[in-house]
Amino acid sequence: MAFYHELAIYRRELARLQGMKITEDRVRKAIENGSYHPEDFWVLLSPEADAYLEAMARRARELTLQHFGKTVQLFTPLYLSNYCINRCIYCGYNAGHSIARRKLSLSEVEEEARAIAATGLKHILILTGESPEHSPVAYIKDCVAVLRPYFSSISMEVYPLSAEDYGKLIAAGVDGMTLFQEVYDEAVYHRLHLAGPKQDFRFRLEAPERAGKAGMRTIGIGALLGLNDWRSEAFFTGMHADYLQRNFPAAEVSVSLPRLCPQTGNFQPISPVSERQLVQIMLAIRIYLPRVGITISTRERQGFREHLVGLGVTKMSAGVSTAVGGHAVHCDEDPGQFQISDRRSVAEIYRVITEMGYKPVLKDWHDMGLTV
Amino acid sequence: MEDFLEIGGVRLRSRLFIGTGKFSDYGLIPKVVAAAETEVVTVALRRVDFDNPAENMLEYLPKEVIVMPNTSGARNAEEAVRIARIAREAGCGNWVKIEVISDQRYLLPDNFETLKATEILAKEGFVVLPYMSPDLMAAKRMEDAGAAAVMPLGAPIGTNRGLKTKELIEIMISESKLPVIVDAGIGRPSQAAEAMEMGAAAVLVNTAVATAEDPVLMAEAFRHAVSAGRKAFLAGPGATRKYAEASSPLTGFLQELS
Repeated sequence: MAFYHELAIYRRELARLQGMKITEDRVRKAIENGSYHPEDFWVLLSPEADAYLEAMARRARELTLQHFGKTVQLFTPLYLSNYCINRCIYCGYNAGHSIARRKLSLSEVEEEARAIAATGLKHILILTGESPEHSPVAYIKDCVAVLRPYFSSISMEVYPLSAEDYGKLIAAGVDGMTLFQEVYDEAVYHRLHLAGPKQDFRFRLEAPERAGKAGMRTIGIGALLGLNDWRSEAFFTGMHADYLQRNFPAAEVSVSLPRLCPQTGNFQPISPVSERQLVQIMLAIRIYLPRVGITISTRERQGFREHLVGLGVTKMSAGVSTAVGGHAVHCDEDPGQFQISDRRSVAEIYRVITEMGYKPVLKDWHDMGLTV
Repeated sequence: MEDFLEIGGVRLRSRLFIGTGKFSDYGLIPKVVAAAETEVVTVALRRVDFDNPAENMLEYLPKEVIVMPNTSGARNAEEAVRIARIAREAGCGNWVKIEVISDQRYLLPDNFETLKATEILAKEGFVVLPYMSPDLMAAKRMEDAGAAAVMPLGAPIGTNRGLKTKELIEIMISESKLPVIVDAGIGRPSQAAEAMEMGAAAVLVNTAVATAEDPVLMAEAFRHAVSAGRKAFLAGPGATRKYAEASSPLTGFLQELS
């Protein structure tokens, strides 16, 4: 069954869960035995569970240590193009915004690759806005060919593609895809996406499963926290990750927890999420899906990000610029897709993680298409 | 009597293999190797950064240790074979631990794909140690395919739950001609000792050492446990009894009659 149909079932399930009476015993049981049980996941996300955050943290820490050891994988995003035909009211790349639009030439991609590779990073995440004219699949493929000699793992966060196009990019050397649904509530989704192909809720929702069918090695999902009631969005994110794990057992599934940041256009979060609530979501996800990857971005401030490492986070971005060409070509000219909070270099983040007693992992995949 | 474990033409004194996946600092690894007195260390090729000596785990291993690259990340036989070949080309020797996992939820090995990879790589001259679910028939096929040892899991990887598959591993030990190395699940030295007492040829440990408060001390504890368990096996422990046998209440009458 497509996730679109499962989502309809989970919507009804959520309505039932929201009426459930949650006792202290129920929360404690969910902390101890909550893995892979949707009802327990809801209990962990509930307002009642807030009082047991410390116990949740202990359990989440134990599970993270057990499954991932004392390691955190580092990567950085590389923005290829900010041309976009969508009008998403919260995004800096909104087609209606008059920002400087640019797209990297292949030689600029190489210049960026060299600058990033010099930091020691081996995992890269390439991003584009949605523009059939400026960033078609053929362009992404050309960029991947340029990047491949510099990185051992290339993931992409672009617009949703067909299974066939995912297959083409896998053959070209892409091993991971990330696509945020932004909002799992379909009605809210339509209010926030005013024009462009992104208005197709279902085509976006099912992109991760198309990537899975095409054989994508790592699949990342997420809801943009702040756009809608966070408890229900977090619940559906968990159900989506669970669906992907069940249907594509060989894929490594990751969940990102992006909180909405100020960007061009000054859109304010509709339903703000506090740091404490973000922690609750992360702990609930770790307990529900002990082996899922959890990514925290530089939207979050330094200090806060590090604290999350021992509790569940397994991947972190470092040395981040959200501007096209921000690593070497056009440093400091462009406000980027959103404002970042943690601007530290790879070396600084590496040092801080090491001091915490964790191993920053720069390479966690070996491109099998290439020899050493 | 000198007690060796022979694998791939090499005589090993140590029956404790160490995994390197979960350490907080690569600098700990040589200390752990020394404390464990281990001679075989498994390293995931996916983590080896050949471009950066500070990040290249191989640089941290003492020269005399046998590096056993593993195919972590392989989802099928073809990927495992490619990873093994890359490792050999990169100078990691010809030992390989085949790890094919097509289930990211429980990380259970895929015996069918593992067998296929074992067959191909053994023919190419690799010393192949397949990580597998404890299944006797699969172990026999691994043997026919040219495996140098078999490595059944004691419990799902990383769980530290001990020998949950004990009965199946006991059958493998008694029926397989190959050395049986318990890999995955061993969380405490006492569990390693238990595996060795049962007659396992060796144990492979990672999580239990890497995530201990003091990994070096834990490595030493495992060394003693493995050695104690091995000695107990060689000594032949007496049979266990559920009740005391001070007399023969059921057959005593036979003596009275005679």
